[in-house]
Amino acid sequence: MKKTLYDKLWDEHHIYSYDNGYSLIYINKHLIHEVTSPQAFEGLKQAGRSIWRKKSVMAVPDHNVPTTLREAGIKDPISKIQVDALNKNCKTNDLLKFDLEDIRQGIVHVVGPEQGIILPGMTVVCGDSHTSTHGALAALAFGIGTSEVEHVLATQCLLQKKSLNMNIKVNGKMPEYFYSKDLALLIISQIGTAGGTGYAIEYTGNAIRDLSMEARMTLCNMTIEAGATTGLVAVDEKTISYVENKPYSPKGENFSSAKKYWENLTSDNDALYDKIIDIDISESSPMITWGTSPEMAVGIDGKLPSLDDERFSSKRQDLLNAFSYMGLKEKQSVNSIELDKIFIGSCTNSRIEDLRIVADIVKNKKIANNIKSAIIVPGSGLVKEKAENEGLDKIFTKSGFEWRSPGCSMCLGMNDDKLNEYERCASTSNRNFEGRQGRLGRTHLVSPATAAAAAIHGHFVDVRDM
Amino acid sequence: MKKFKEIKSIAAYIDRKNIDTDAIIPKQYLKAVTREGFGEALFDDWRYLEPGNLGDNHALRKKNPEFFLHDPKNEGAQILIAGDNFGCGSSREHAVWALMDYGFNVVISSSFADIFYNNCFKNGLLPIVLNDSNMDKLISNVNKKNNIYMISLENQLIKCDDLEIKFKIDNRRKEVLIKGIDDISETLKLSDKIKEYENIKAVKTPWMFNG
Ligand code: SF4
Repeated sequence: MKKTLYDKLWDEHHIYSYDNGYSLIYINKHLIHEVTSPQAFEGLKQAGRSIWRKKSVMAVPDHNVPTTLREAGIKDPISKIQVDALNKNCKTNDLLKFDLEDIRQGIVHVVGPEQGIILPGMTVVCGDSHTSTHGALAALAFGIGTSEVEHVLATQCLLQKKSLNMNIKVNGKMPEYFYSKDLALLIISQIGTAGGTGYAIEYTGNAIRDLSMEARMTLCNMTIEAGATTGLVAVDEKTISYVENKPYSPKGENFSSAKKYWENLTSDNDALYDKIIDIDISESSPMITWGTSPEMAVGIDGKLPSLDDERFSSKRQDLLNAFSYMGLKEKQSVNSIELDKIFIGSCTNSRIEDLRIVADIVKNKKIANNIKSAIIVPGSGLVKEKAENEGLDKIFTKSGFEWRSPGCSMCLGMNDDKLNEYERCASTSNRNFEGRQGRLGRTHLVSPATAAAAAIHGHFVDVRDM
Repeated sequence: MKKFKEIKSIAAYIDRKNIDTDAIIPKQYLKAVTREGFGEALFDDWRYLEPGNLGDNHALRKKNPEFFLHDPKNEGAQILIAGDNFGCGSSREHAVWALMDYGFNVVISSSFADIFYNNCFKNGLLPIVLNDSNMDKLISNVNKKNNIYMISLENQLIKCDDLEIKFKIDNRRKEVLIKGIDDISETLKLSDKIKEYENIKAVKTPWMFNG
């Protein structure tokens, strides 16, 4: 039988089939952060159970942590309790953790691959839906709830039903200033936020092969916004050279034998998919979301939908809700939208390549006067260090950006970084839900390039015209 | 986990699609380290007219009188009916805890996001998926008058006077709810198989056990 990449990963980790369609799947790597783990550790303790394989865990605080004045520690007492709980749980159980003071600390989905803790062919889970990020390394990775975190801690396994296979074939040459973030938004706007529900999505096609590893991570990261818990890209030379020489990746002979294994992590020719979607991107424009769901997206040169448009007839109420929440009108052109804040960061777009793109655009320019705050939050301490070695931080601060310490920050606003009521933000994060970045805050999801251009102009502009 | 029993209750309907878990329970409440007490913050941004925080006395906050939970006819509802793609977004299980803590035992929609759907069964919340025509039937019934609905998981049936709607659910999930099965104990019965798997793979692909 010809197998897809997903089939191969599934089979390799399959331990047992129950007669009701469920399987027991082995989990290699378990990433943990402070928000979704405390109740799992508590549950484990109450049941008197221990952790099955301690070395499978990597923990890092990221959601709650301050991005300024790190030395002063966490001011918010409630956030502190949560981070302290993570510290305590990791200490008692002897688990690998990167502390706030450690240069390796950062957003869990940036840190894992950066350390070589995530490798092709692994199964990876985390109590966080953006675990799909790691599929860029051809790892079977998906987000789980807290009860499942407890289940994996206790058993190293999960009960799963196999997903269907979807192949999104992306062909054509990536246009200038069109990035994998734009591609993700384009796909979601076409298939919808539930379009991938029940599927594992594999991205194939020449445009995907052309993407860098970091760009692939951005795309797989956003897969969950299309409803699929897993996004995958097959192994190629880029994958292998990415994982080579990372702190936790295999070395010497071990590397060679792993490499042989990894090279097989591609879908067989003529493998069968349950659904195939073809996309040609040669003519695509940079994307921006205008509404309160990632599928509400248009090209930067486009307009907001019309309420009379028949394609939206069943969604009329949703459009009205979104227009009203976002303070926008139908048929408005997006590049006239004025902004208050700029956020560059999150597990979607906070890696070094993202920061280089931003630096390229803002170099020797100043952010517009109407922008109240523009922050850049690197994905990890190591990304931060690299950016500083390249002098990017100087470019940012000279332009008027704030250069912060790593964490989730304004992606979800659990720390001090958030939107105030009715503030409008160009954000490189992944969710524009109501209140996501702060109560009544208005989020527009864009690529780092489009966010950078908007910072300079104070409103959205087509970055291709700059 | 407590066993799922037959439900007799009125149903509250929220006419909205794509209700995400950020809307079900906003981030500031995720700083809690326990599973209890989220009910008062369920749908927090929509339900109250002013912002709230963990540890607030919610009884003192100004309510949004137009929000469906504050409609007297929805008081005490154990059944929630909502639009398509319910529970999308963040994996936070707090969303399920909040719904249950509020008093909901059943959520009915035309579709659910995968992670949310999974989380329901770990906590004893029954998510029922209905096709569009059954959704329409149910909603028009709810809109007509304040009915009591009987929901039997055993018979996979929603019943109210003449209205009878059968629903599908896979057997394993059904059993988990009805018996209140603890997945971890079930899995641990297969400990030997898990160890055997590890022993084989540790030789074949040792790098998968890095860390
Ligand atoms: S950056 Fe945002 S999406 Fe990513 S893990 Fe943090 S909160 Fe979640």
